[in-house]
Amino acid sequence: MRGWRDSDLWYSFTRSRITVAAAAVAGTMVLAAFLAPLIAPYDPFDLASLDLLDAHIPPVWLEDGEARFPIGTDDQGRDLLSAILYGARISIGVGIASVLLSLFVGVGLGLVSGYAGGRIDAFIMRVADIQLSFPAILIALLVNGVLRGILPSERQDDLAIYVLVLSIGISGWVQYARTVRGSALVEKNKEYVQAARLIGISSASIMLRHILPNAMGPVLVIATIHLAVAIITEATLSFLGIGVPPTEPSLGTLIRIGNDFLFSGEWWVTIFPGAALAVLVLSVNLLGDWLRDALNPKLR
Amino acid sequence: MPSIRSSADFVAAEAVARHFDVSKPWLSRAIEQSPRVFLKAVDGVSFSVAKGETLALVGESGCGKSTVARLVVGLYRPTSGRVLFDGLDLTGLPAAERARSRRRMQMIFQDPYASLNPRWRVNDIVAEPLRAFGLAKGRSELSGRVGDLLLQVGLSPADGEKYPHEFSGGQRQRISIARALSSNPEFLVCDEPTSALDVSVQAQILNLMRDLQDELGLTYLFISHNLAAVRHISDRVGVMYLGRIVEIADSGTLFSAPRHPYTQMLLDAIPDLAMSGHAREPMGGEVPNPLDPPPGCHFHPRCPFANARCRAETPALKQHGPAQTACHAVEEGRI
Repeated sequence: MRGWRDSDLWYSFTRSRITVAAAAVAGTMVLAAFLAPLIAPYDPFDLASLDLLDAHIPPVWLEDGEARFPIGTDDQGRDLLSAILYGARISIGVGIASVLLSLFVGVGLGLVSGYAGGRIDAFIMRVADIQLSFPAILIALLVNGVLRGILPSERQDDLAIYVLVLSIGISGWVQYARTVRGSALVEKNKEYVQAARLIGISSASIMLRHILPNAMGPVLVIATIHLAVAIITEATLSFLGIGVPPTEPSLGTLIRIGNDFLFSGEWWVTIFPGAALAVLVLSVNLLGDWLRDALNPKLR
Repeated sequence: MPSIRSSADFVAAEAVARHFDVSKPWLSRAIEQSPRVFLKAVDGVSFSVAKGETLALVGESGCGKSTVARLVVGLYRPTSGRVLFDGLDLTGLPAAERARSRRRMQMIFQDPYASLNPRWRVNDIVAEPLRAFGLAKGRSELSGRVGDLLLQVGLSPADGEKYPHEFSGGQRQRISIARALSSNPEFLVCDEPTSALDVSVQAQILNLMRDLQDELGLTYLFISHNLAAVRHISDRVGVMYLGRIVEIADSGTLFSAPRHPYTQMLLDAIPDLAMSGHAREPMGGEVPNPLDPPPGCHFHPRCPFANARCRAETPALKQHGPAQTACHAVEEGRI
């Protein structure tokens, strides 16, 4: 049994400088986001601490800048640095939770579809085909709208994050299902599955303990790339105003708020959250690309 | 090799058939007005194996011998006919009793690279039947039993910590045999256990299987296209052609005095160093499309002795001298 430091994956990781840099950037941002309550200078969610007199202060290196707010404040007088840290926490959290939801739904349905075959397979795959014929953002908007229609209006702000996770999660399961179904179709005809069936192992156990471990490689790659997509989708929904409420802004919400002031010269309110989002998504995407190549035996 | 023959059949196949539906999807059929298509992989096969005996089934690729193996162990349900194991038809049994009988039969697979889950350690692979049938209580008994099994097939108990990719093909086949032996089976179905191995390793595996048979009194159904391996290990041999058995005889009889023209051609195709230079009749023709087999005797398009009856009437397997042969020419005394 080799240690992870001797593995091919680690070797290919250290060989690619861009990947190491991307991992460092993504790691730092995720860490900073999740430690936001500890390292952020202010709590932007604490409405009582906000002072409207602090609104629209530019970054410290500009005229009228104040050292208290290194990259300025928004229209509510929130410190932008703190808001970005807290916002990134929401964005990454929603992204990871939606990816996990997509992964569970997609891998589960894909396993059943591939292993059971027949009508179950045909049904699940036709649903997947129909969903694929719509853009993911449209599905997310649809699910979001339906859920908001069902939920009572006074609880919508509390539940907004869960609604977001559900709508982004449901919009992304198809890729997982198709990939896992493909692997399951190959694996289920291998002789080790027949050996397990021969001794009467149940279908559920064969799917989870025999086929799933052999189908997880590509799923890992999809999940990494999907994380970037999910963060962007969350930002898009929030930018459109149907994401998290403005009192607890995510990066997308911050960009939307800043967008209103872009033409009055207060560019920092939208540019800094936008840059943070771009850097985050880019580094996650670079990691995903590397993982895809590193796990592809044809490119080794 | 000594064989214990009891009068009662331990395993018996009675006119077992398995047809696969290979039709196009419903929509394509409806549009193209094409009928359903069935592949008769196994078309009424009967044989029996006595306790402690090795019956080999030989034949070309696609003749249905692997399907027979899967029918016998119950991985496929027969389309018609039945398989009796120790007098019981397992398909009709309640689950608990089926599990009890299943423990007594195991299978060794053809491809040692596909028959072991690459993500599992050898310990877990070999222990899977023990766990499934609840044959070992507690962790220490389980690992002790797995260690014994690995020793029994010529590996070391320390190998249990490794993954399958760390082993060669022959070693993997030994792991596969250890897994098959773990539930103390009495009957082993071996589906071309040596065809994926190097020639030098084939003999090792065959000798291991024979030693285990002597030691544990195992009964084998040995599926192969390798006539040398079959001659080495089997007591009786059945020859299959396009889903049917054309001849069954004792190993010695079949190899020394084959009756069916197909068996004769098959044996004539074995390269023999001692007979180098001997002019031999090359096997003519190809195996017909199994989706559309010829009427009558399936072998008649390639058979030098075929006449009008062979083209119309399917020959039944009948006793002719020491062998059972399905051939009109043998029956009529033309060969």
